Amino acid sequence: MDFVFELIVSVLIVLGGFFSLVGSIGLVKLPDLLTRLHAPTKATTLGVGGALAASMLFFAVFEASLTIHELLITGFLFLTAPISAHFIAKAHLHEHAAELREQLPPTGRPQGWSTFDGLPATEEEGEGDDHKAAHH
Amino acid sequence: MIEYALMFGFCAVSLALLLNLWRLVRGPSLMDRVLAVDTMVINAIALIILFGIQQRTTIFFEGALLFAMFGFISTVAYCRFILRGDVIE
Repeated sequence: MDFVFELIVSVLIVLGGFFSLVGSIGLVKLPDLLTRLHAPTKATTLGVGGALAASMLFFAVFEASLTIHELLITGFLFLTAPISAHFIAKAHLHEHAAELREQLPPTGRPQGWSTFDGLPATEEEGEGDDHKAAHH
Repeated sequence: MIEYALMFGFCAVSLALLLNLWRLVRGPSLMDRVLAVDTMVINAIALIILFGIQQRTTIFFEGALLFAMFGFISTVAYCRFILRGDVIE
């Protein structure tokens, strides 16, 4: 029975290392930032999740000390990875607003493109980019 | 068997960290560097966890949890600084 658990822990460790490596290779190889964002936020998160699952099983079975710390770390990482990816994408759009806005077609509605145009012209509070960035 | 898996895991995660470092040095844009640091933090957490398995101690989990929190907060703070020109308004 120990052999089975050992096998499962080993497979989880190998999968974790493999997916971490895949995420970082994607970070290096992909052409621009918005595609590069995919690799670390998905593959690397899965990789660290594999390592954490291996650790949880290892300490529960071989050291007889089931702790909740790995679950905390896993939950925290899985919650925060999309948020930080969203923030990085928003900051990228904000940084390159001028050239990215020119590539977009008209929306055909009173509302413009989010992040770039803000609300339609009913209110003129004049806070500039800060105001636009707040409405997405 | 776990020892060999750990060896593979250490090699893979270390190589991943080196690739992230390459992206951090190379850039080209500011957000690329922020993304590289964010990924480095996640890979460092994986390395700490694997080291904890190898040493058979649970003492590193608090460190990993702190790493996770600081990585997230620093990424969000930098992005908010770019977006709004201020971290806390």
